[in-house]
Amino acid sequence: MSDPILTLDAIATDIAQYHILKGVGFQVPRGQVTMLLGRNGVGKTTTMRTIMGLLRNKSGQIRFDGQEIGALPASARARAGIGYVPEDMGIFTDLTVEENMHLAAVSGAPDQARLDWLFSVFPPLKTFWRTSAGNLSGGQKQMLSIARAMIEERRLYLIDEPTKGLAPAIVATMVGALRDLKRQGASILLVEQNFAVARALGDKVVVMDDGHVTWEGDMGELATDTGLQERLMGLSMEAG
Amino acid sequence: MMSAAPDHSPTFARLTLIDRLGRAAPYLLVPVLVVLGFLAIGAPTSWLTLTVSGLAMGMMIFIMASGLTLVFGLMDIINFGHGAFISLGAFVGVSVLFALPGWTDAASLPLNIAAILLAILAAMVLTGALSWVFERVIIRPVYGSHLKQILITVGALIVLEEAIHVIWGGEEIFLIRPSELRGAITFAGAALEKYRILAVVLGLAIFFALRVVLRRTKIGLIVRAGVENPDMVEALGYRLKLVFIGVFIAGSALAGLGGVMWALYEQVITAGMGENMMVLIFIVVIIGGLGSVEGAFVGALLVGLLQNYVAFLEPKLALISNIALMTAILLWRPEGMMRVAKGH
Ligand SMILES: Nc1ncnc2c1ncn2[C@@H]1O[C@H](COP(=O)(O)OP(=O)(O)OP(=O)(O)O)[C@@H](O)[C@H]1O
Ligand SMILES: [Mg+2]
Repeated sequence: MSDPILTLDAIATDIAQYHILKGVGFQVPRGQVTMLLGRNGVGKTTTMRTIMGLLRNKSGQIRFDGQEIGALPASARARAGIGYVPEDMGIFTDLTVEENMHLAAVSGAPDQARLDWLFSVFPPLKTFWRTSAGNLSGGQKQMLSIARAMIEERRLYLIDEPTKGLAPAIVATMVGALRDLKRQGASILLVEQNFAVARALGDKVVVMDDGHVTWEGDMGELATDTGLQERLMGLSMEAG
Repeated sequence: MMSAAPDHSPTFARLTLIDRLGRAAPYLLVPVLVVLGFLAIGAPTSWLTLTVSGLAMGMMIFIMASGLTLVFGLMDIINFGHGAFISLGAFVGVSVLFALPGWTDAASLPLNIAAILLAILAAMVLTGALSWVFERVIIRPVYGSHLKQILITVGALIVLEEAIHVIWGGEEIFLIRPSELRGAITFAGAALEKYRILAVVLGLAIFFALRVVLRRTKIGLIVRAGVENPDMVEALGYRLKLVFIGVFIAGSALAGLGGVMWALYEQVITAGMGENMMVLIFIVVIIGGLGSVEGAFVGALLVGLLQNYVAFLEPKLALISNIALMTAILLWRPEGMMRVAKGH
């Protein structure tokens, strides 16, 4: 197998005076979906923000496609090919859906074929194209946030809880979109609390607890072992 | 199930209508105030004179406030040094006008306006260039701390005012407007000062130019998005710090422009003139909503009109009228009229 697209090595990140990440290390293989799982508050979002460069790691290494990126600002990491869907979606509510998408296409005007594909996956984006994004429903905002990351081909997608608080029909839309992306050979690091969704999409699993990685392995192994699930992630994980 | 698009349209349509009314409401305050002024003043000619005067004053305050609100909204920077750029712009501009007596005394409107535009250009270039240094030396070390920002920028304001005293002398300098812009025209029986009409035209041109840049260009999109969620703009691949420096320079150059216009309006300049404007400018930035250029525009027009109406009706109340306006608007919208929703 080829070298991983992303390698974290002993990452430590503080927020204010708190030590949140205490030596996180794992790899994200190319062309696969890697699930980052764990209870609430264990440091999943902090890990994502550290990879993106919105938080600085005080020690450890972040290697992206063979290059050490730990010293680069977030904008340079984005330009290097990392697409980010934050937990709070990061929608610019004062801008229209169209303006949000144009801003996300950093290398020029959005590609029409790719836009058409995104419209077919997320029809509301087409319907509300010229409307203020602040008026979208929660599900539509999440669609916009993911579409924004997908408007250009990225070498790695960081997606933080894309189904949080969404109605089942919209969750299904999200899963369909991520499946499409996976089928195109994208490398994805995905945080997901809904285990059914995680199982449907994940190839590899990384489990965190209290600022550490506590387990790394195949989804197949975790999916069949409810005892292991219980032990690693406790009761907050909803099976089914 | 997969393809079923959620049906949110009905709720959505209602939301938009309310949303649109909410957005338009601040703009409607301007005509409402103009009508109230008419009812209170009674005499149509006085009312017309005061309205043009109030709009002219509002436009100039807007020009001075527009840069400050963007700097505030985009990087959360409080910059009292802005007042020094207003004064500096005025002194540079007036020096240029004094150097061109042939243009300013000529009985030719195009030549007079050319002189003013040249003065404005010189003021903007100088204040813009100085602000570039100012950002590096004064602002950059105090990101993230409002207290330090206030202390150091007030200090810088005092130093720059002293520098003006050193270069141009400690006395106030009087000037007269270029020949074709002196006096008034009579319209519908009301005397309208020519320069005030020019100020309104110039102010409108700058407002619409800023609007086009903010709404129609990528850099404008980045600025608007950055006011709401700077982290996300960075995560999309834009170096917001560089954009901010550009905005800081443009905003300071606009302060310089406003200084030249204010000098021609007052026909006297002092090193402290910019500092004296800062209270009104902060009121405008706050009631407009931090980071909103359109909010600053509406706020400045309200402040200018109210100041003129009240000074005519009850001069003793002129000073407190703007504080009353600010209180009323903040009771209605605590974040200002057009505050941009803040992400994190
Ligand atoms: N700004 C902050 N100040 C102090 N502590 C913080 C801050 N942000 C996060 N934390 C703490 O850092 C820890 C990790 O937070 P993080 O958001 O990374 O967890 P998470 O695994 O993404 O949780 P969730 O599943 O709830 O999204 C939590 O205990 C949280 O309380
Ligand atoms: Mg999280």
